[in-house]
Amino acid sequence: MLLRHTTDKVKERNALTVNPAKTCQPVGAMYAALGVHGCLPHSHGSQGCCSYHRTALTRHYKEPVMASTSSFTEGASVFGGQANLMTAIDNIFKIYEPEIVAVHSTCLSETIGDDLGQIVSKAYTDGKVPEGKHIIQAATPSYVGSHVTGYANMLEAFVKYFPEKTDEKKRQVNLLSGWVEPSDMRELKRIAGQMKVKSVLLPDTSDVLDTPMTGSYSMYPKGGTTVAEMVSMGDSMSTIAMGEWATKKAAIALDNKCKVPFEQIDIPVGLRATDRFIQALSKAGKVSVPEEVTAERGRLVDLITDMHQYLYGKRVAVYGDPDNILPLIEFLIDMDMKPVYIVSGTPGKAFSKKAEALLSERVPEAKFKNGPQADMFLMHQWIKEEGVDLIIGNTYGKYIARDEQTPFVRMGFPILDRQGHNYFPTVGYMGGIRIVEKILDAIMDKIDATCDEVKVELQM
Amino acid sequence: MIINDPEKDQEIQANVRTVPGIITQRGCTYAGCRGVVLGPTRDILQIVHGPIGCSFYAWLTRRNQSAPAEGEGNFIPYSFSTDMQDENIVFGGEVKLKEAMREAFEMFSPKAIAIFSTCPVGLIGDDVHAVAREMKEELGINCFGFSCEGYRGVSQSAGHHIANNQIFKHVLGTDNPTRKGKFQVNLLGEYNIGGDAFEIERLFEEAGITLISSFSGNSTVESMAYAHIADLNMVMCHRSINYIAEMMEVKYGIPWIKVNFVGAKSAAKSLKKIAEYFGDAELTAKVDAIVEREMAKSEAVREAVKAKVEGKVAMMFVGGSRAHHYQDLFEELGIHVVSAGYEFAHRDDYEGRKVIPDIKIDADTRNIEELEVEKTEDAELWREDLVAKKAALEETGYTFADYEGMMPQMKKNSLVIDDINHWETEKLIEFYKPDVFCAGIKEKYVVQKFGIPLKQLHNYDAGGPYTCFEGAINFYYEMQRMLDTKIWKLVDAPWKSEPEIVGSMTIEA
Repeated sequence: MLLRHTTDKVKERNALTVNPAKTCQPVGAMYAALGVHGCLPHSHGSQGCCSYHRTALTRHYKEPVMASTSSFTEGASVFGGQANLMTAIDNIFKIYEPEIVAVHSTCLSETIGDDLGQIVSKAYTDGKVPEGKHIIQAATPSYVGSHVTGYANMLEAFVKYFPEKTDEKKRQVNLLSGWVEPSDMRELKRIAGQMKVKSVLLPDTSDVLDTPMTGSYSMYPKGGTTVAEMVSMGDSMSTIAMGEWATKKAAIALDNKCKVPFEQIDIPVGLRATDRFIQALSKAGKVSVPEEVTAERGRLVDLITDMHQYLYGKRVAVYGDPDNILPLIEFLIDMDMKPVYIVSGTPGKAFSKKAEALLSERVPEAKFKNGPQADMFLMHQWIKEEGVDLIIGNTYGKYIARDEQTPFVRMGFPILDRQGHNYFPTVGYMGGIRIVEKILDAIMDKIDATCDEVKVELQM
Repeated sequence: MIINDPEKDQEIQANVRTVPGIITQRGCTYAGCRGVVLGPTRDILQIVHGPIGCSFYAWLTRRNQSAPAEGEGNFIPYSFSTDMQDENIVFGGEVKLKEAMREAFEMFSPKAIAIFSTCPVGLIGDDVHAVAREMKEELGINCFGFSCEGYRGVSQSAGHHIANNQIFKHVLGTDNPTRKGKFQVNLLGEYNIGGDAFEIERLFEEAGITLISSFSGNSTVESMAYAHIADLNMVMCHRSINYIAEMMEVKYGIPWIKVNFVGAKSAAKSLKKIAEYFGDAELTAKVDAIVEREMAKSEAVREAVKAKVEGKVAMMFVGGSRAHHYQDLFEELGIHVVSAGYEFAHRDDYEGRKVIPDIKIDADTRNIEELEVEKTEDAELWREDLVAKKAALEETGYTFADYEGMMPQMKKNSLVIDDINHWETEKLIEFYKPDVFCAGIKEKYVVQKFGIPLKQLHNYDAGGPYTCFEGAINFYYEMQRMLDTKIWKLVDAPWKSEPEIVGSMTIEA
């Protein structure tokens, strides 16, 4: 057994987290900043933070992930990190020439009380920011929230800084995306295009973290939301914010700053969350839904009805981020699967309410928890109490899946051991088809590999 | 940066601060302590005291393989954290840490608990050492802490030193079993990435050499407790572990030698050096037979692969010893290493231990504790026999406690670069156009976008083992794979160099 110390004896814990279903804020801030064109994320802390975050993102995307660091030493930690950040800003603009430096804090700089806003404004007044270049900053203390919070804070920082309201409304819709893959960002744009809705997507990591091999390296790939696009967001007709945890703050900030009204929806994972996205696009763009979109939806429903016998009643354990797993749970229930165990390390009272609303009727036996001690160890203990037919979550689930001989579908962050997530989306109807395909593959592969020889079926 | 001349004593600047804003390979003290040195030890429950990230990122990410026996403690697949919240930062985290230790003890019954401090811990003044003392008393198991906050030192290196100190203080020498074999050794600074230590262990076992403890690949804290019964310490990664070797010699009189099991010839040399130390005819015969047999196997592969890759150009920037050790494997294949450097090494790893007395101790190094170690007062533990053995062998020219560093081995006019940064990496690639580049994950896809294959020498790209003879064979084949492929020639689409047919078949929209 890989996790040989995990038993079914669930004990209440108040202090110890074991096998977390979350990580810390700065990595989310770094990922969000990579979705802006010409932007270099900067970690204001010790070197290790930046190194770990770059490593985690690189291993997940198998792409270059560039970010700089304030390289705190003990002295900086005692006397404050202003001098380090000022030196860093100087060096970054001289050597790496980004359009934007997106500074995020760390638990180190937050604990000693460095005020990023004050340091950055000093950098501007001291003339350290070349003409036409920008520094934005977000406070992302690692001891609050999770990586999703960091993403939300950095997104809010972009929205507070760039969008401007002029007298001229633009016939476009802002799309604020929660934490999804580059492939998903590309798909969101494709769907908006299908709907004939002109959109600005922020952030947009497509063509940043899924770049082609060309034989040359560019530190700032062609993708990412541009400064001009971000500025124009202040004149958009409305905003569709996808994923409350990651985008609500930014949507509110944009509404406050530029009076762009927003609609908060889920990330369009699965059938009905995608329905809501399509309806939101239709409403925001004042367009009717084209036949090709309805046809894609029909294909997804067709697949589910065709394969329903393999899905019905299957018990599923799900872990990950609220914005991603809440619509996934809804989708699983729509397919008559039973998401019985759900954990998310990301705090937020809304999670329980939403999960309860989704689960109470169809899966009343479901156990769910988020926030402190809502970790993968707890979920595994629940699985030990009564097993599941499928586990869905990031790569760390493979240890549980192997020990419990349970089919496993990788979704979420990080995925360190399988490919495809940054090329093939899981949002939208086509993304829904991919999720169903992956679930069926996992379940059917187990049947094929383990059923009695006389029971092996040619056609399934 | 140095243009190498092995004939001269050249001084390189190393183990100094990275300039803020520079995109560096380096990590932090916590990474060196928790990740590198203690990470591979399976039976000690390691609680990271801090916000969640630090524990999350050190969770199974270093490929330290471990082979626990049935029923033995193995916490490597687990991540334990106090997940500090803002109220813990404001009001202190000691109470939560104690509670977490109690919960861990109750649920997991570990033999020992280690506490790792992350940045905020030192800043808010949580005393992890006091907590450890108190909990050691309360729980009745060994508990100790590491002040390995990420901001200490200038790189991972400080964390190695802190880890060495605490293991020496709190673990080593706390158990005294009887002898376990005729030739007892410890292997220091080998972390069993991709199963490297398994290769070494297999050959030791065949030769009749008893591996008492390893620091720390495939290791247990249980074995570290009686590591002082060994007759010889072997140091593989000099940078991360020489401290314990030095301290064990002062306290117990156990001599240490530098070994290297990367590269077939180096492995053979190291095995023979061990046999020579023990001076036992039977052991020597066994080692000679193993070396002869294994060399025959690896030579056959080496020659076949060398014919395909000879004359290629490599460069490597990694670690605190790997950028040196791996040069042996490249040499064996006739691949030229035109430039190399470490990420977190000190001057002695470049220039050799002879420069240690001349290394200036700066403020960043000064705040890492230097343990005052004295000779043990327990006459039974003091190894006068080994002291005498050392003296006798030294007469014959056998070298102890020495490491000559990377630079003497490198060719004249090769470039030696410490703490390489991203900008330098790009320039080197432009200038040398190497056939293979060795570094870590953060550099991997940058270099590959240039059309140059990168071999990770931290985690081996899920490959390995690369130690000893089987490992050398693996590496030869790996270089054949990487240098023989035609995929890089397919990067450009055919229509990039051929004229495109200007279409008349396009359908008018």
